[in-house]
Amino acid sequence: MAKETKTLNLNFGPQHPAAHGVLRLILQLDGEIVEKADPHIGLLHRGTEKLIENKTYTQAVPYFDRLDYVAPMNQEHAFALAIEKILKIEVPIRAQYIRVMFCEIGRILSHILNVTTQAMDVGALTPTLWGFEEREILMGFYEKVSGSRLHANYFRAGGVHQDLPKGLDKEIGKFCERFPKIINDLELLLTDNRIFKQRNVDIGVVSKQDALDYSFSGVMLRGSGVPWDLRKSQPYDCYEQFEFKIPVGKNGDCYDRYLCRIEEMKESVNIISQCLANLPVGPIKTDDGKISPPPKKELKQSMEALIHHFKLYTEGYRVDKDEIYTAVEAPKGEFGVYLISDGSSKPYKCKIRAPGFSHLQAMDYLIKGHMLADVPAVLGSMDIVFGEVDR
Amino acid sequence: MQNIQDLEKILNSELNTKIKSSLIKHNQIYLKIDETDLTEVILFLKTNSKTKFRQLIDITAVDFPENEVRFKLVYLLLSHEFNQRIILEMDVKEKEIVGSITSIFPAANWMEREVFDMYGIDFKDHPDLRRILTDYGFEGHPLRKDFPLTGHNEVRYSHETKKVIYEPVKLEQNYRNFDYESPWEGTKYIKDQTKE
Repeated sequence: MAKETKTLNLNFGPQHPAAHGVLRLILQLDGEIVEKADPHIGLLHRGTEKLIENKTYTQAVPYFDRLDYVAPMNQEHAFALAIEKILKIEVPIRAQYIRVMFCEIGRILSHILNVTTQAMDVGALTPTLWGFEEREILMGFYEKVSGSRLHANYFRAGGVHQDLPKGLDKEIGKFCERFPKIINDLELLLTDNRIFKQRNVDIGVVSKQDALDYSFSGVMLRGSGVPWDLRKSQPYDCYEQFEFKIPVGKNGDCYDRYLCRIEEMKESVNIISQCLANLPVGPIKTDDGKISPPPKKELKQSMEALIHHFKLYTEGYRVDKDEIYTAVEAPKGEFGVYLISDGSSKPYKCKIRAPGFSHLQAMDYLIKGHMLADVPAVLGSMDIVFGEVDR
Repeated sequence: MQNIQDLEKILNSELNTKIKSSLIKHNQIYLKIDETDLTEVILFLKTNSKTKFRQLIDITAVDFPENEVRFKLVYLLLSHEFNQRIILEMDVKEKEIVGSITSIFPAANWMEREVFDMYGIDFKDHPDLRRILTDYGFEGHPLRKDFPLTGHNEVRYSHETKKVIYEPVKLEQNYRNFDYESPWEGTKYIKDQTKE
């Protein structure tokens, strides 16, 4: 008698903790083998792009914090760069250093979260507890510089909002001395851990060609052996002035991506230390009164400053008619902003290119033929944050 | 890094009949083509050894309701080999069906779905053209300029029926769109002073 087989449809999420947010995954299973995965996204869709079209350029910045909310400033950076390129603003060198420093802090924030939660998905709880203690300190730096732990709203076209408060550079310096040891501790827990390796080695393998075809970027691309990092290949701000390496994986599996992230954290600490060692003095935003608001103390004395302040916070600054795509190397990959300005103070169109969107798209390709238990491991190593996927 | 001017020349000579206009701006190449040539041009850019635009970064559309040809479809491509970016643009009429490039770039699948969802542009031969970001059963195309910012429906939990229900949007206060724009430009001499 012939055995009758039936595929099982399983609804994974949208409230599953290993889905890293609100992912609904329809899985077609043959026993425990996944035959097909159909991700349903958009459960966190807030219409960011539509909202940005209806806000001035200054008001649009906070929306970028809410995309990939584990590394907010990296997103703001792409938007600020787009406006700066259109308006041809020169950013003061101190502002560039501060921006690079906080982008690298964002990278560490994101990678700690990803590495440790990935470990948690495959069964290790301790790394999360250790790693989140450090994230807390980093978010403290965010708070000191911008007033807010998560949604910073700190980068502006032409620089940053405020200078570093007194003593913050020393605190960050202390962190840089201490943090490599924490990375080592995490590595002791995970890198040679038998269970962690069994769950990650040879899982979710991406070949070089497929990584390109599926528009992978960031660690997903580098893990497959493509040495491509926008900080090196298309440097923005003052990244050219720093020395750092680009870690590249060999096999393109989940384990290699984990190793890449660990190495990238070390490089980020390295960049932050270099920033602190050479931090120049000077202004932190452009002195063009038509773009950046005047200092508070001038408001009481100068009519000019008062008018500027009023116009900047009601109408906002205008951006000449232009069309541009700018990208930065966000922790998760290439984060880009395609901006069309029409000469008014609001963007005509602002398309956000989120790296996670293309990564998640390849879910079906990555998971086909794997076991059900590998779904969280693959999802974890893709580093998905729904703020940016759903926009 | 290959010189961007050289690359533009190569593109213009190899694809001369298909390119309507080309331009170098912000260190990127802006190409304007006809919608009918799309698949050919993309395939050329991807496979030719002098261009090697191996990665499709994004697909998006822009809505110009006052134009006769309403939409502009934009393809962003990246060449790792030559470290160059290209922005491919074409005009698309409302209700016009565009050829899908999913067979050339698998990554185009969701990107085209997003354009379909947000702008209502149809793609021919797309394997699975469904809405992607909006709700199940959603109507309308949110990123069109004539779609209201508040949307048409709102959701709430109804205690009477014990389930989530959809209702037309009711605003306590109308959405206020202040017009701050004024002919104020400031004086020119101040601009010059601050530059010095």
